[in-house]
Order: sequence, then structure tokens, then C-alpha cells
Amino acid sequence: MATADPLLRVDNLEVNFGAVRALKGVSLDVYEGEVIALVGANGAGKSTTLRSISGLARAKSGTVAFAGTVINKRTAPQIVRLGIAHSPEGRRLFGGLSVAENLRLGACTRSDPEGVARDTEKMFVLFPILRERWRQLAGTLSGGEQQQLALARALMAAPRLLLLDEPSLGVAPLLVRHIFDALAELKRQGMTMLLVEQNIALALELADRAYVLRTGKVALSGIASELRVDDRVAQAYLGAAE
Amino acid sequence: MSQLEYILQQVINAVSLGSLYALVAVGLSIVFGVLKLTNFAHGDVMMVGAFTTVLLIGLGMPFVPAMICGIAASAIAGFLIERIAYRPIRNAPDVTRLLTSLAVTYILENLGILLFTSSPRNFPLPDILNSSWQLSGGAITFTNINVLTVLLTFVSLIGLGWFITRTTIGLGMRAAAEDMQAAQLVGLNVNKVIVVAFIVASAYAGLAGVLWAAQAGVVQPQMGFTPLLKAFVAAIIGGFGSISGALLGGYMLGALEIFIIAFLPDTVVPYRDAIVFALLIAFLLFRPGGLLQPNREIKL
Amino acid sequence: MKADPRIPIAVGAALLLAAGVAFGAPHMVGDYFVRILLLIALNSILVLSLSLSNGFTGVFSLGHVGFIGAGAYAAGILSLTVQQKKALLPHLPDLLNWFSLPFLPATLVAGLFAALLAVIVGYPLMRLSGYFVSVATMGFLIIVNVVLINASDFTRGARTFTGVPLATTLPWVIGWLAVTLLVLARLVYSPFGRRMKAVRDDTIAASAVGISVLRARLVAFVIGAFFAGVGGSLYAHYLGSFSPNTFYFAMTMNLIAMLVLGGMGSLSGAIIGVICVSILSELLRSVERGFTIGDITVPALFGASQIVLGFLFILIMIFRPKGIMGDRELTFGLSGRSANQNHKEGKDR
Repeated sequence: MATADPLLRVDNLEVNFGAVRALKGVSLDVYEGEVIALVGANGAGKSTTLRSISGLARAKSGTVAFAGTVINKRTAPQIVRLGIAHSPEGRRLFGGLSVAENLRLGACTRSDPEGVARDTEKMFVLFPILRERWRQLAGTLSGGEQQQLALARALMAAPRLLLLDEPSLGVAPLLVRHIFDALAELKRQGMTMLLVEQNIALALELADRAYVLRTGKVALSGIASELRVDDRVAQAYLGAAE
Repeated sequence: MSQLEYILQQVINAVSLGSLYALVAVGLSIVFGVLKLTNFAHGDVMMVGAFTTVLLIGLGMPFVPAMICGIAASAIAGFLIERIAYRPIRNAPDVTRLLTSLAVTYILENLGILLFTSSPRNFPLPDILNSSWQLSGGAITFTNINVLTVLLTFVSLIGLGWFITRTTIGLGMRAAAEDMQAAQLVGLNVNKVIVVAFIVASAYAGLAGVLWAAQAGVVQPQMGFTPLLKAFVAAIIGGFGSISGALLGGYMLGALEIFIIAFLPDTVVPYRDAIVFALLIAFLLFRPGGLLQPNREIKL
Repeated sequence: MKADPRIPIAVGAALLLAAGVAFGAPHMVGDYFVRILLLIALNSILVLSLSLSNGFTGVFSLGHVGFIGAGAYAAGILSLTVQQKKALLPHLPDLLNWFSLPFLPATLVAGLFAALLAVIVGYPLMRLSGYFVSVATMGFLIIVNVVLINASDFTRGARTFTGVPLATTLPWVIGWLAVTLLVLARLVYSPFGRRMKAVRDDTIAASAVGISVLRARLVAFVIGAFFAGVGGSLYAHYLGSFSPNTFYFAMTMNLIAMLVLGGMGSLSGAIIGVICVSILSELLRSVERGFTIGDITVPALFGASQIVLGFLFILIMIFRPKGIMGDRELTFGLSGRSANQNHKEGKDR
């Protein structure tokens, strides 16, 4: 799969929040068409990594390069226009706006109305519940429905790279299965994804490769199917803090 | 005059006054929603619109074009204030932003006094607006200015409703008010959203300023002070940051004031502003989210 | 904190200097400068009283001038002679209209009255934070203004309240300024002061370690109000006549400008802020009157000085919001440790 340069290259990323060193030099690559899982214990720096890529957090040093362009210093809206969409931790939907309005905003960087309409139909195929809840306020949806809306909203931007933060969090198990089936379908359609996920089993099942973060650094990386049976993964989760 | 006629008259007064408060409160809420900033200069933006209209009428322009120019002048003033004073401190702590807002109002009022002196000037109303209607054999009266106020409020709010549900920028305003970071994440140009919010809010202030001055009959540089404070109370009561809250609060405040004037004993009436601000404090203490947003937290 | 022997000496020297200025100045410099000195000292008292809540506990009160006005009117009513009371306040209740107090007792009562008001107002309001408390205290200011305008039996309503004896002289003001500084310094640089600053810097952490946030804020609010009332009385006996509008938003903006310019977390900063703004205002005002350079005449532009001050304020908000002194004090190297060290020591507890 890796024939050309990676679509996303994160190189030695360091991120501080005040005195706290959240990322101490994280490097990873995502090639076009791949699904990369980013796993690790709470506080390992997974969400921070995603936020640094999408522009919500500023790096102290290191680079993030997307399709060859360095994007560290760009603002989040600019990065969306370049082709990265982020479904963030906590979903961050616009609760007072309807499903329709949330999706419309997801597509706000696009200027092709027919494309937007086609993609909306695609969303209904992937997540049929959204058609049912079309006019409902996003804040009144259930956890699983909100997660689907968050994913759909990110997809409406027609991204080349999709960043997903904890899609299974707060979602009933049945719906988690449904969401991951949808993600598998997206993967089949060629979407490149960087997935942060607490549920290692689901993450490694979907992903091609994975990185394991521990206290702000990459502790382990490799092919997903191999990591599934690798003891060191559990150790990275349970290991003592540095 | 029968009891019913008296009540109807008060209802008309309340709707007219409430419309004015609602217009000002809407602008305040829009700015607060998007920037989380209390724009104390909002009252002076009203003043800019009112003065522009008066000056243009004095130069011979008919009322309607003069009013439109006044609204435009207010919009421009709002745009400049955001650009010059508020943008540089966008990420500063709340106290700094509050103080800057006070400084802007200080500057604008003194500028007005410098240019126009603090004595009130007459607001020249065209006769058609001055003519009054009488119902029930003179027991109930109102003028065309009251009619115009309510009409324009109604029309402009319908326009605003269309804007915030049908246009991307309007939706963006609502989204940014809820979650600025998420708005950035979907790719909204938040600078543009903020600027547009300011222009819309200031246009509302301009409209409110012209109508307020028309109803009062005079303009003066400090005219925005009282409406600003009252609208602020209205917005807090309804739910600060929410447009429907501003509407609700505006009409409720109008009703409350008219109620105090019309039905409470004469010794209490002069204290009505004290009552209004005591109500403000009560809301801040017990219901800071206003009537429509009960879930806002009180921080200690 | 070990007692540094240099401190009492420094304090003594400062007091001597102050006394020298207070009694010597009227003989050495003209009336104009005496007046400026007096106003600077008087405003210093007011701004210091403001800094207690706004600077040191993080409660940015916009209603402080309400206490100043309450103190001014209370002292004024008490000071009027009985004949004046009959003439100017004919409907004053019998409780008040048969006596008249000398300057010092009237000032003390004014301070206590303001403090009492602060207890009543502060008990609910000091629970609010940030933006909410600023707005609520602003509401208080407006309520005070409305009451002053309407309780005409006590205040002559919106008309000028006049007849207050002009008892405020430079020695009085310097004396009260010294008292204010001493009390505030003792308060701010003490364990209680460290609690106040903890509440300001991180309310949640402070209450997590057991500091009563409400009590810290309330004490600062009330003591600040006391000195505001005292300052109000001094101001009333300086002006001789005033109206409710004297103690409203214009004075509020003025005091806030002085406080912010000097640095909100600093006592010496407060005084520096007063001096700077006062001098700047005087300079700008003389320019405002119009002047001629050679062939060019600049006409009088009344109000321009305030506009310039307003712009300067905004510039400070953008580039140096902490003000001139920020959190530091002017210690002239006298105390054994800097104010910062005291601050840090408190933080390590």
C-alpha cells in the first residue's frame, strides 16, 4: 500500500499545555487509503495528537505535513479546506441546531451544491437514522445518534483524511457495532482514517496499522493484525507512568 | 374611561415599549452569543444611527431614506468598533474585555458631546408619523410612530429569522455562539461570522436608535445609555446570547415597566428603575441563564 | 514573617514626610498645586478602596461608586447645621434633623454606613463570579442612583445638595490616606491577604483547600466599602455641593482608569495610577482650552481630553493590561523581602 509519500506525516510533535507536556515527540505516518488506529491509556496524548493535526492545539515543536504541505501554523478552518475533517472528542455537535443544520454546516467549506446533495444521500445510506431525525435538534438525540451525526457532519466536508476521536464512547453496544460497520464501509470506499479509540479490539479489527501511545510518546507500532496478539500492547496500557 | 379601555391602552404602550427594548436586546444578545462580550458601546451605536438620521433630515432628506442611512451608519460604526477595539483583545481575560467595552462607550459619548454638545436636539418627525389614532372615542390613543415601531420590529425579526436559518453565515452565527471551537472544526471562517454578527447587531441598534429617538422626540449624545441598560436587563431575563430570549425579555420588560407606571401607587413609580435592576440582580443570582436557558451554571 | 527593623523606620519616615507635605505645602506652593495634591490624595483613597475587591480578590465591582455616593450623602446630611437642615431638607425625619456632627464623626459614620450597605449587598452578590458580579454590582450602582434621586426628603433629589462645610483640607486627606494605606497593607500582606489572592487566582483550588471564598470576598468588599464611604465624606466636604450624578458612571470610569493604569494587584500601583491619570488629565485639559503656536490657533475642544484618555485606556488594555505595576509593589528596597517573595511564600503553604 505504501508506494508514494504518506498523506499525513507527523514528525516529532511536541505539545505543551502550560507546564504539562502532553506530547513529547510523536511521529506517525498515514498513507492514502489506510486506516490507522491510535490507541493507549487515558491521558496518553491520543486526543491531543488529533487536535494538533486539525489545528485546535498548537505544537511547541515538530511538524505536521499533509499532502506535502506543512500545516502546523494554519488555523483549523484552513485545515478543513485543505481536506482534513475531525470528529472530535465529545462530538461537539451544535445542540441547538437541527440535524439538517449541523450537516449543512459540515459542508460549509464546499461550493458544489449537487455534490453536497449527493453526499447527504450517502449519509442517509450509512446512517439511516439521520433521515428520520432530520428536523430534530441535535441536543435531543441519543448518544449513538449523536455520534452518527458527528461522523456524518465531518464526512460532509468531503475530506481526504478523516480524524475520529472515540466514536464508541457513550454509545450503546448495538449502535457501536453499527457505527463500526459504517466505518468499514467507508474504508471499503477508500476513505483514509486516523482513529483514536479506547476499544482496542474494535480499533485493531478495523485498522491496517496501529500506533500505541504511552505518556506522550509512541511506545509501539505495527500491523494491526499482529498487534492484536502482541502482549506488549497490554503492557503499554498498564505500564508504570514515566 | 373604563377598566378595559385602560388596560388596552396599557397593552398598546407595553407592546410599543417592549418592541424598542427587544430591538436593542437582540443586538446585544447577538454580540454576546458570538463573542461572549457585553458590548456597552451598543447604546452609542444606537446614538450614531439616530444622529445620522436627524442630520440628514435636517439637510432635506425624506424620513425613510434618512432612516436607512442611519441604520447603515450604525452598521459601519459597529464594524469599526469590532475591528479597532475588540479584535485585538479577543483572547484577553473577561475583565479586560469588559473594561475595553466601557472605554469604547466613554470615547463615543464624549465624541458625541464634542461634536454635537450635550443639549438635546429635536427629532424632526414627518407629520404623517405624528398623527395619532383614536379608538373608543378617544379613550385609547397611539401614534403612527408606535405603529411603525411595532411593524418594523416584526418585519426585521422575520428577516433575522430567515437569515439565521437559511443562510450559511446566519447558521454560522448560531453555531459559533454555541461552540466556537466546533465552528472552527467544521471549517467556518469565524472572523467573517463575527464581523457579520457585529454588522447585523449594529444595524438593529441603528434601527432601535432611530425609533427610540423618534418616540422620545429628541436626540442627545447620552441617549443610548438608558436603552442599553434596560436592554441588557431584558436580554438577561430572557437568556443572554439567545435571540428569542432577547425578544421575550424585551417584551416582558416593557410590560413590567408599563405595569409599574400604570398600576402601582405614585410613590413607587419613580423607583421603577430600581425595581428593574433589583430584578436583574435577582435573575443573576437565581436564574443566570434567563427564562429560556435554565441550565446555565452559577459559578462561585 | 520575621519583623524587619527597617520597616517601622521606613513607615515612620514616610509618615513624617506625609505630615511635612500636608502642613508645609500650603505655605510653600500655590493654591492650584495644593488643590492638585489634595485631589490626588483623595482619589488615592478612593482607588485604594476599589483595589481591595477589584484587584486583590478578583471581584471586579462596577458598583463601588455607589458606596462613595452613599458615604457622601450620609456625611453631608449629618454635617449640615440644624438651620441648614431646616432650610434645605425640611422633610428630613425627626430622628436626624435636630443635631449636626463634626467632620471626623460624620466621616466615620459615613464609612460605617457604607460598610453596612456592603454587608447587605455583598452577602448575596459575592457568590457570583467574573462577569456576573460586575454586572450585578453595576445594578447596585444604578439602584443607589435611583434612590438618591427619589428620596428627596433626605437628599434633595436630583437637585444640588449644598451647604456641606468645606472641612476637607490637605492634612485631613493625607491623614486618612495614611490610615487607609496602613490598614490595607496590613490586610493584603497577611495570611488573610494570601487567602484573598488565592481566591482571585484560582477560586476552585482555593475552596478545595478549605478557604471560604465567600468570606474572603465579603471581607474585602466591606472593608473596601468602608474606605469608600470615608472617601465619599471627604469628597463631600471638599466639594461643598454635589448631586446624585456626581457619583455615577463618570466617576466610576475615572477610578477604574486610575486603578487599571497603575496595576490592579498593587497598592503603590493604585497611587501611581492616580498620579499619572491626574497629571495627564490636567495636561490634556489645559490643551483642551485651545492654544496658539505662532500663527496657528487651535480652538477649544472640550471633551477631547476624555477621548484621548479613552484611547489610551484601550491601548493599555491591548498592550499592557496589567498596568504599570502589575502585581508588584514599590518597596524602595526597604523591606527585607520583596512583595513577590511574600506572595510566593504564601503559595508554598
